[in-house]
Amino acid sequence: MPLIALLIGFPLIAGLAILFAPTHARRADLVRWSVYGLGGASLALALSYFRMEPQFFSLGAGVAGALDMAFLLGGIALSAYLLFACRRIKGREWYIPLLILAQTGLMLFAELAPEHPEVARHFYVDSFSILMALIVGLVGGLICLHAIRYMQDYQAHDHEVKDRRPAFFFMLFVFLGAMFGIVFSNHLPWLFFFWEVTTLCSFWLISYSGTEEAVRNGFRALGLNLIGGVAFAGAIVWLTHGPGLHTWELDQLIAAGSTLALIPAVLIAIAGLTKSAQLPFSSWLLGAMVAPTPVSALLHSSTMVKAGVFLLVKLSPVFHDTYAGLLLSLVGGVTFLVTSLVAINQRNAKRVLAYSTIANLGLIVMCAGVGTATTIWAAILLILFHAVAKALLFLSVGTTEHLIGSRDIEDMEGLVYRRPVLAAMMLVGILGMFLAPFGMLLSKYTCFQAFLTMDVMPGDGILLAAILAFGSAPTLFFWSKWMGKLVAMPRRPNPIEAAIPRDEAIALFTLTVITYVACALFPLADWIFVQPYTEFLTGAGLIPLTDDRIPWETIAMMTAMLGGIFLLPLIFWLRPPRFAVVSGYLSGANVDGSASYRGAMGAEREVESRGYYLTGFIQEDLLVRRGLIGAVILMTLMLWSANP
Amino acid sequence: MNVEHWGFAVAFLVLGPLLGALLAGLDRRLTARMQSRQGPPLLQPIYDVLKLLEKDTVVVTELQTLYLWGFLFFMAISGFILFLGSDLLLSLFALTVSGIFLCLAAYSTNSPYSNIGSSRELMLMMAYEPMLILVALGFFLVADSFRVSDIVAGSPWQVVQLFGILLGFLFILTIKLRKSPFDLSSSHHGHQELVKGITTDLSGSDLALVEIGHWYENVILLGWLYLFFAPWGLAWALPISLVLFFAEVLVDNTHARLKWATTLKMTWAVTGVLGVTNLLLLPLIA
Repeated sequence: MPLIALLIGFPLIAGLAILFAPTHARRADLVRWSVYGLGGASLALALSYFRMEPQFFSLGAGVAGALDMAFLLGGIALSAYLLFACRRIKGREWYIPLLILAQTGLMLFAELAPEHPEVARHFYVDSFSILMALIVGLVGGLICLHAIRYMQDYQAHDHEVKDRRPAFFFMLFVFLGAMFGIVFSNHLPWLFFFWEVTTLCSFWLISYSGTEEAVRNGFRALGLNLIGGVAFAGAIVWLTHGPGLHTWELDQLIAAGSTLALIPAVLIAIAGLTKSAQLPFSSWLLGAMVAPTPVSALLHSSTMVKAGVFLLVKLSPVFHDTYAGLLLSLVGGVTFLVTSLVAINQRNAKRVLAYSTIANLGLIVMCAGVGTATTIWAAILLILFHAVAKALLFLSVGTTEHLIGSRDIEDMEGLVYRRPVLAAMMLVGILGMFLAPFGMLLSKYTCFQAFLTMDVMPGDGILLAAILAFGSAPTLFFWSKWMGKLVAMPRRPNPIEAAIPRDEAIALFTLTVITYVACALFPLADWIFVQPYTEFLTGAGLIPLTDDRIPWETIAMMTAMLGGIFLLPLIFWLRPPRFAVVSGYLSGANVDGSASYRGAMGAEREVESRGYYLTGFIQEDLLVRRGLIGAVILMTLMLWSANP
Repeated sequence: MNVEHWGFAVAFLVLGPLLGALLAGLDRRLTARMQSRQGPPLLQPIYDVLKLLEKDTVVVTELQTLYLWGFLFFMAISGFILFLGSDLLLSLFALTVSGIFLCLAAYSTNSPYSNIGSSRELMLMMAYEPMLILVALGFFLVADSFRVSDIVAGSPWQVVQLFGILLGFLFILTIKLRKSPFDLSSSHHGHQELVKGITTDLSGSDLALVEIGHWYENVILLGWLYLFFAPWGLAWALPISLVLFFAEVLVDNTHARLKWATTLKMTWAVTGVLGVTNLLLLPLIA
């Protein structure tokens, strides 16, 4: 318990210290020490609850009452702040204050009810929440570390943007604290408070630069997340006043099973869908790209979107074998398919990453909706691999952007030759995202198996598996195309002079190592974090017992492949083949290496060739709009089917 | 998994290229006969590769050889898994990775021809990948396992149950073997073999690696085709799969090349109509 309190409280205190730090240097030091402290604390937590069954903690009546009051007042203050921020809304954003009022009203209606459910166990720790805490603490911490130097350059480049760095770092740390709150709270109204804090932080961080675009996108994020907030508040009202289940405890809700808990679970699922940027709510995450890159990295990898899928996976046992669960999976499936296709269109590296995040979360949502031991297993591993690989990719794109002054994938041509170490890190991130035998493969592998053995209605599993098959193919295309640009031999020497700053290098290097280790030692991660969790759920009879684990032989093969990827470059490095180097074939006489040639009529022609973006074939707007409509229909059906 | 399986797997590693070369040689003979030519000797592909190995190799970047090693390594792993009787889905994933490495090799040389070649190759991979996955899923639904050894020992009716899947597989086999009408990644320059899309900037021993990789690939694809008929035993299954395999030569010689967009749409339509429908109807056929 003290560790949990530390993890939730420490970021807030550290944030305050950073906010009031006198100088830039002092603040940077404080950020560094806080990051190390957070990392240490989350590791300590992981060690002290190593492979334990879920542990619940009750607070004394006095403390609980005080916290109740604090969170209630905090919630009201938060709403008041948001309403105050709404003075800058424009035309079509009129609905935002209404949503704030609706959400606050619902919460007060629940919390001030004369008789509300008693909460006996306020916090908990299980192996899944430990994994989440490690992701938040380590990955989130490293992103903050990367931000120190990034923000310095950012402010130096952009003189228009007001320097609000103290508040910026304060918000980052509050964000992390709220994430810890979400993963440890068993008390639903408290969890909701932390949930709303993340909404507030993301709103503030997205609008950081204060430009018109940033402010509009901030409000879009706020508006869409508030829809989820209202749904969440609705779930709490249902659990307070509704017929049937009366409880404010998350574990009770999960244990109640689909007959009792489906309606609140579906409402909370909508909140999860908004936070994890699934269709039809996905647009906020793309809008969030205007924020400085560390913010994007934080939103995409360790916080915010992961809060959404965290809750969905938690509620997964409730969805097992229900139509609502199947429809939830289909929402995820539609999102996965549409965003994977649309990602092909993107030239902007950050947008590729954004769409791929949404797609991967879609895959996790698909798993969560099915709700068997295998899909929960796959979902948790996906969360892990995605968090580390995506953080690495965002940060390396951010660093690259500062080095070459562009985030266009075409401009990253030849990065392997221009900046080998940075390129290698980016390649590890890309490989970790999609390629065998790395992370995603494993999860896809188990997903196929789990989908084909599910049984809600005839053909359901095949539908999901087909969606997965069709959605994986474009993923392969856009990642490989990007790798192709990175490995391309530059036509003209085009070195990058600037050095990678130290903080950024530490963050990038550590994340690379974590990604590699997570992939190589995934059976260990599985044994430490996932198995205790799924075993507890099966033991409690919440999910059916299945024995469709990956056989050892398959794991051995995967390890052999991983070994190959590691050994081949090593052998190459030790015994490089010595071949004569020439310039590429240009169908004419090469003039300046591979860069230009003498074409027809003796004129010298510059070589140009670009990647394929299939913009004529895949229309982003059209496809996203269709996906949106599809997802809205599916979600409506999901709400309707939850009605017994 | 027993000694016999290990024997198959090791035999694949050693003899796979030889068998693949024979398949390639036979392919060239058949093509020649269809065009009323005499055609090269059966072992011509082997002579070609031996000659390539003797030639000087020139590269645009030294790293391209590394990517080709990756291509060959994962191709061999894919076949090894298949002939070991192990996991079909995993074998498929290794095959995909192998294809990506070949594209990386071409991308790394960064000449416009290699670039277009590898982009088109990736496009083709995007086209056929869903169907290949559906093949594995189909076998899983029929044999209740992704393991090749279980599929081989499966029900003799599986080819009937998976008929749509088989047709879909034959369709994408044309792409995998880089045959017309889907050979758009391997030719852009007036049909000269010297400028062949993805292999434009590969020469000497590098090009030989690609050829050997393709030999392995031939055997792997023949193996996949064999799986459909495997429960009937070697005497029936092998001739049938060989006949179907070489039917692709006929398709090659009777079709003109399509554009990529048509290819992609057509392949996905075939995958949806034949593959997914087949899977959905499977409970009724079983």
